[in-house]
Amino acid sequence: METTQQTESKMIELKPFTDEMVVNMGPQHPSTHGVLRLELRLDGEVVREAIPHIGYLHRCFEKHSENLSYPQIIPFTDRMDYVAAMNQNWGFCLAVEKLMAADEKKDFAVPERAEYLRVLICELNRIASHLLSFGTYGMDLGAFTPFLYAFRDRERLLLLFEKVCGARLTYNYIRIGGVSEIIPMEPGSIDEQDFLDEIEGFLDYFEPKIDEYNDLLTSNSIFSERTMGVAVMSAEMALSYGATGPNLRGSGVDWDLRRDEPYSIYDRFDYEVPVAKDIPELGAVVGDCWSRYKVRMDEMRQSVCIVRQILAEGLPDGPVMADMKAVRPPKGEIYFRSEAPRGELGFYIVSDGTPKPVRVKGRSPCFSALSALQELSRGLMVADIIAIIGSIDIVMGEVDR
Amino acid sequence: MSDFLSESFFHNFNIQENIQEETGNLVSYIKGNVINPIFPDFPMELGTVLAMLVCAGIFVAVVPLLPLVLVLAERKVAARFQNRTGPMRVGPWGTLQTLADGIKLIFKEDFIPQQGDKLLFRLAPYIMFACSFAVFAAIPFGQNILVSDFNIGIFYIMAISSVIVMGVIMAGWSSNSKWSLLGSLRSAAQIVSYEIPLGLSILTVIMLVESLGMREIVENQSGGIFTWLIFRTPFTFIAFFVFFISAIAEVNRTPFDLPEAESEIVAGFHTEYSGMRFALFFIAEYANMFAVSAIGVTLFLGGYEGILPGYDFLGGLPGFVLKTLGLVFVMMWLRWTLPRLRVDQLMNLCWKYFIPISFFNILGTGIWGLIFKDDDVWSMGISCAIIYVCLIGVYAVAGRNLARRPEPQTSSA
Repeated sequence: METTQQTESKMIELKPFTDEMVVNMGPQHPSTHGVLRLELRLDGEVVREAIPHIGYLHRCFEKHSENLSYPQIIPFTDRMDYVAAMNQNWGFCLAVEKLMAADEKKDFAVPERAEYLRVLICELNRIASHLLSFGTYGMDLGAFTPFLYAFRDRERLLLLFEKVCGARLTYNYIRIGGVSEIIPMEPGSIDEQDFLDEIEGFLDYFEPKIDEYNDLLTSNSIFSERTMGVAVMSAEMALSYGATGPNLRGSGVDWDLRRDEPYSIYDRFDYEVPVAKDIPELGAVVGDCWSRYKVRMDEMRQSVCIVRQILAEGLPDGPVMADMKAVRPPKGEIYFRSEAPRGELGFYIVSDGTPKPVRVKGRSPCFSALSALQELSRGLMVADIIAIIGSIDIVMGEVDR
Repeated sequence: MSDFLSESFFHNFNIQENIQEETGNLVSYIKGNVINPIFPDFPMELGTVLAMLVCAGIFVAVVPLLPLVLVLAERKVAARFQNRTGPMRVGPWGTLQTLADGIKLIFKEDFIPQQGDKLLFRLAPYIMFACSFAVFAAIPFGQNILVSDFNIGIFYIMAISSVIVMGVIMAGWSSNSKWSLLGSLRSAAQIVSYEIPLGLSILTVIMLVESLGMREIVENQSGGIFTWLIFRTPFTFIAFFVFFISAIAEVNRTPFDLPEAESEIVAGFHTEYSGMRFALFFIAEYANMFAVSAIGVTLFLGGYEGILPGYDFLGGLPGFVLKTLGLVFVMMWLRWTLPRLRVDQLMNLCWKYFIPISFFNILGTGIWGLIFKDDDVWSMGISCAIIYVCLIGVYAVAGRNLARRPEPQTSSA
């Protein structure tokens, strides 16, 4: 009798409470886009806090660079954002070229033909990168088919890149002072015409496909339910976290380095910068996952537009490499930023006049975007975390470097 | 409640009589044509038991072949959807791929988590496997091809398929893994919720047929396509879709595959399972898929009855299997097209939409039954006319929305 009373009183004392569950999402997890580890503090399905832990793909890029000559660093930049390696090559080369241009004794300029090839290849690379982002985002949200659709078309781009530089992922194509020419294409030759025709063929094939992707995923009502109004990053928040590229434009900030701080020959082309807008009839809010995703989808169209303009003009004649004996920038330091598919990619280089840099620092757009994850994910659900990671489109190789 | 459990309740359903007198099912067929000629001296009861064992043997042998075919079909269908070829290496057009995978799974290490509840961990796959098989006992594949014609057939199916969630929860709990636990909790919430609209939409059928027996439900639809229960009243037409979508949720398939959402919670409740235990889950999943489709066909699409009365076109066993595979194909189609819902959206869909719609269906079916006492040409004609008008209305409203394509967002530079 006594014991039953005791248990009864114990039962009353027990308050129904829920315990926090700490879950490690990653580093081995299907949808953390590499080796991101998230420490989730869960209250049931609701995320109280998601703390990103990075560094699982840290390969000492910056320290390595101090012991390598400038051209030797370029293959290392390939391994930063391996999805858009051309743009990484270019970002680094632009910084070094700017540093070299400071040297008044040497007359140094990147040849016109190389500039055109760079824009051509890098915009195609941007399409390839956004295609991967689109495909994996669909897969993150449970739709498997968009992934294979995206890879089907990305494959054609990779074959083009292979034709240009022999590699499919880590290109090492853009060099300081120009581009490499593993397979020489004489200006105006049949080879060149074949190459340009092939690109044109791809664009003709690819442009209607964007509509197909939109039908398949963008306008899908489940997809909209999952992404619209989820994890809204306001313009102030995006700016304060240093989010750049599609993430910033997805928050409604009209900023694109290609247009606002034109480098290379971007001022010669006519294109528009997609910026997210409120779409009340659909339910999209500026800064939500859907807006960020949609900006990428629209950017593909603009990249197609830029490439078409290059094809219309044709590649100019001339060499593809600047005439220079060795890469030996003068003493000094430089910070140069360019618009990579994932945002502003900056390189800070300190040179002491020797062939090796004293210090190289990479400014990774993914790192800044990832830092917003903690604030974005608070109070959302586990499934939303996946939606956020996919929408800010991180590549861990670039976050960790 | 006591009334429910009392003997008289069961007496009303004549369970006792049924076992004795039932004819025209697989057991009695086997008993009459196989057991009795071979062993004429057997006492009658023993012969029945033996016939039941043979029957169970046939089903245990045939039903695992379904997942074998369905897995391959799924992979081939997915491949078609995704511009691939699917498995091509093992056997002609990869037809033996599932067999090879099965053999691989048998030889894999049988891993049991050290900290897990070992008994439950072992038990869970068997519960799921057994339950998904037991459902087949009450499905009428053809006029005489059903193991047992319970007079509470559909009730039995509902009861047995509810036990499946026990297996899922056991698997999630005993794995002692956080992902498994999350998956199994999701599954519990999902299956328990979706059981309600599922049961309620089955109720509309029962109201029209006035029987729980599976064969009686089918025979009620024997007058050709317009007597199929889906077209009988406008409300059963809606109920069919509620049933089918809830059934997809019941068998955990995309867009409701949250319990095993790969991109979120790794593999959900079977994260820690490997080898043959995982294969059992896998087989159970595909067997379930076939089972719910078969139930849908039985309840709404005429079962083994054909499109025209008296003709066997789309009738009999081949017709039944064809119709069932049609529904299975729709499930695959949805899986490879749609993204996944979120947990709260899943619950919203069930509690805010499906359950009210189901209640509306029950009310409507009741009123329909009052107005049209017999199912005659008039009631069916009016029903089909209403369905037709409603479909056009839905298309006019929703079709425009479905075709809406978001405009590119660009700001003038």
